[in-house]
Amino acid sequence: MSSIEERVKKIVAEQLGVKEDEVKAEASFVEDLGADSLDTVELVMALEEEFETEIPDEEAEKITTVQLAIDYINANLA
Amino acid sequence: MSLENKVALVTGASRGIGAAIAEQLAQAGAVVIGTATSESGAAAIGERLSAAGYQGAGMVLDVTSPESIDNLLQQVQEQYGVPVILVNNAGITQDNLLMRMSEEEWFNVVNTNLSSIYRLSKAVLRGMMKARWGRIVNVGSVVGSMGNAGQANYAATKAGAAGFARSLAAEVGSRGITVNTVAPGFIDTDMTKILPDDQKADLLKRIPLGRLGKPEEIAAVVAFLASGAGGYVSGETIQVNGGMYMC
Ligand SMILES: NC(=O)c1ccc[n+]([C@@H]2O[C@H](COP(=O)([O-])OP(=O)(O)OC[C@H]3O[C@@H](n4cnc5c(N)ncnc54)[C@H](OP(=O)(O)O)[C@@H]3O)[C@@H](O)[C@H]2O)c1
Repeated sequence: MSSIEERVKKIVAEQLGVKEDEVKAEASFVEDLGADSLDTVELVMALEEEFETEIPDEEAEKITTVQLAIDYINANLA
Repeated sequence: MSLENKVALVTGASRGIGAAIAEQLAQAGAVVIGTATSESGAAAIGERLSAAGYQGAGMVLDVTSPESIDNLLQQVQEQYGVPVILVNNAGITQDNLLMRMSEEEWFNVVNTNLSSIYRLSKAVLRGMMKARWGRIVNVGSVVGSMGNAGQANYAATKAGAAGFARSLAAEVGSRGITVNTVAPGFIDTDMTKILPDDQKADLLKRIPLGRLGKPEEIAAVVAFLASGAGGYVSGETIQVNGGMYMC
């Protein structure tokens, strides 16, 4: 089983169509990885599916970087 | 057939325009879930579909209740999969001069005709985004563009439906989803049966085609927008009114 960090990075790479090695922890989805606002919504949808959870809208809005996504999953699922 | 096996959700399909839309989408090959507010209404929709050899079912929905919407979508997804065609057709009138219009008359109509569009569209979008294909068609009204004395509440919801469609079309076009409004003129359904005869006669004088429209004539335009042929139309309001209002 891969770590949460690896799973999050894989999904980010897939959803945003970037290479996995570009997906650095501190990378911002919009500023660094070229996501638009709808891409970020879809990314959260994909995370919800991968981790079988529901992320409330007000929490989802705060997940703007790879690290914040990893932190959210760790805090809420681990 | 162009909509082969696509799951379509049509609200208010028990009678009138919604029933005609359900039938034409089913005829084009879609799996149609038509809704009614009562169990008996839902059962009748299911019977009509299966008698004609079409795929689909009737289900209960009250568009003013978020719980009812949740239940419906859960049921649809379990039995048929996620809807990629949504027709927001359910609607009501509660006419009154604004000077006499109660809060209740205002909010009932806004809730049933407009907030329902927000709720249902939001609920089905996830599936459409994943499918990279979707069609949302709102049933508006000529009154939304033209205005009509005694229908400030209704006209506001129908103009709102068109504005909603334009905005959502801009949001989700990149995912292959189109959002449009079909705006009927006066159509021969229960909704217009209650009009007094003198008002009807007066109305007919203002319609170049000299008659009320048939539900099938609205359904045909909805079916076009839902089909592959209508795939490049988005954010549009198509008026279907016998020429009574040309813009
Ligand atoms: N007829 C016209 O001249 C005309 C003109 C312009 C626009 N339109 C629009 O076309 C649409 C259909 O009109 P119509 O003439 O076919 O109306 P209709 O014959 O009165 O049928 C209304 C439909 O909406 C359903 N409905 C009502 N309240 C609902 C609720 N709270 N939740 C779920 N469903 C509900 C009804 O279900 P039940 O059968 O279970 O009550 C019925 O299926 C409406 O949006 C209307 O505004 C009609």
